[in-house]
Amino acid sequence: MAKTKPILKPVEELTYEEALAELETIVASLESEQNPLEGAMKLFERGQALVARCGAALESAQLKVQKLAGESIAAFEDESE
Amino acid sequence: MQPTLFSSLRLTVSQLTFHIRKSLENDPQLQDVWVEGEISNLSKPNSGHVYFTLKDKNASLRCMMWKPDAARLRVHLQDGMAVEAHGRITVYEPQGSYQLAVNLIQPKGEGALYQEFLRLKAKLEAEGLFDEERKRPIPELPRVIGIVTSQTGAALRDMLNTLRRRLPLAQVVLAPSPVQGVEAPPALVKAIESLNAQSPDVILLARGGGSIEDLWAFNDERVARAVADSNAPIVCGVGHETDFTLCDFAADLRAPTPTAAAELATQTTLDDLQARLANFYSQLSFSILDLISENKSFLVSLSSRLRYVSPERRIQSEYQRVDEFSRRAFSALNHRIELQSKQLDGVSKRLQALNPEAILLRGYAIITRGEDNAVVSKVSEARGEIKIRVSDGEFEARVNH
Repeated sequence: MAKTKPILKPVEELTYEEALAELETIVASLESEQNPLEGAMKLFERGQALVARCGAALESAQLKVQKLAGESIAAFEDESE
Repeated sequence: MQPTLFSSLRLTVSQLTFHIRKSLENDPQLQDVWVEGEISNLSKPNSGHVYFTLKDKNASLRCMMWKPDAARLRVHLQDGMAVEAHGRITVYEPQGSYQLAVNLIQPKGEGALYQEFLRLKAKLEAEGLFDEERKRPIPELPRVIGIVTSQTGAALRDMLNTLRRRLPLAQVVLAPSPVQGVEAPPALVKAIESLNAQSPDVILLARGGGSIEDLWAFNDERVARAVADSNAPIVCGVGHETDFTLCDFAADLRAPTPTAAAELATQTTLDDLQARLANFYSQLSFSILDLISENKSFLVSLSSRLRYVSPERRIQSEYQRVDEFSRRAFSALNHRIELQSKQLDGVSKRLQALNPEAILLRGYAIITRGEDNAVVSKVSEARGEIKIRVSDGEFEARVNH
């Protein structure tokens, strides 16, 4: 049983990938481990927050296009948009 | 030439045909030959072999292609098509005809370029540049996608639109480069190298369709080597479905078109991510609901067990015992009271019987002397005035003796 209790970052500070990875762990833990109810409720609430965080990230995602100019990188104005 | 009676050579048809076949098939020039001509009488029976005639202004040549070679054809054969066919001359003895057994066909004019392509391909292949073991997997969910293509081409627009539609979560870094002309190969090499400095998760190397000459930069040895040397895995989408370049072979993954390259580099799309998230959410909800209902039913069973062992039942049974005792006590008491009252009755009756007044009712009388109120119980005691008491009163009398 993974009983490590890391200090949880607020979900807004997680990248999408971090949030998704944590969500995956929470789901696996809720599905496979014997959690005390109170702990499970906490996990569930955290999971809900992570789902909301990821969902918002997906909703608002916009392809970011940059252009290499020599060694530096700059925003690329895509005329086809 | 007149036949002579004593010709030195006299052969059967079979022998002669065999002889012709031997001499044609032993000629190395005829066993590895390119022939230019126009296709006619094209026929593709179900056997999978392909038959046609190659002809020019003055001559025609029967050609056939065995099924395995025909299946590898890069070009779509049509009557009237000008082609270069490679093969060897064979003889079909039953018909006494010779034919070209074709193993390769290419559109006319591609020959020289194609030879160069084959030479380079063989060379790089021998070096192991195209080995399967060198191919790296394309990440399922790339965060940074590098693109090497022309900044003005339709390929870039197609790829960006595809990426925007499939994975807007990604970040694109474009390293623009000319994709045709003499300046293209070194520029492509430089673009691949400087993109790698940004360590993208995957690189799309692409160019829209064009003639074989247009695509030639992607057959340049330097570019092919840069593709093979790239740190980031490369998806190559150059030209159309039928165009194969050295970069395609050197890349980790070949895509038929630029759009397809963008698709192959985004195996996981926004839709997938959303579906995965929804799935996570329902798993999350199910497991917590499960846990809650599990706890609930456990609670219900505990509470019924608790009721079963509750002292309430004992209290009730104690009540019953108390009731029983009190009932028995009452009945014992009543019994005693009844007994006592019967006894009392008897005593009282006996007492009654002893009451002297009771005798008077039976007709006896009590006589007392008037002078001293003494009770007269003998004749000798009777004299003078007497009082006679009966049950309801007394009266006086006088003794006369």
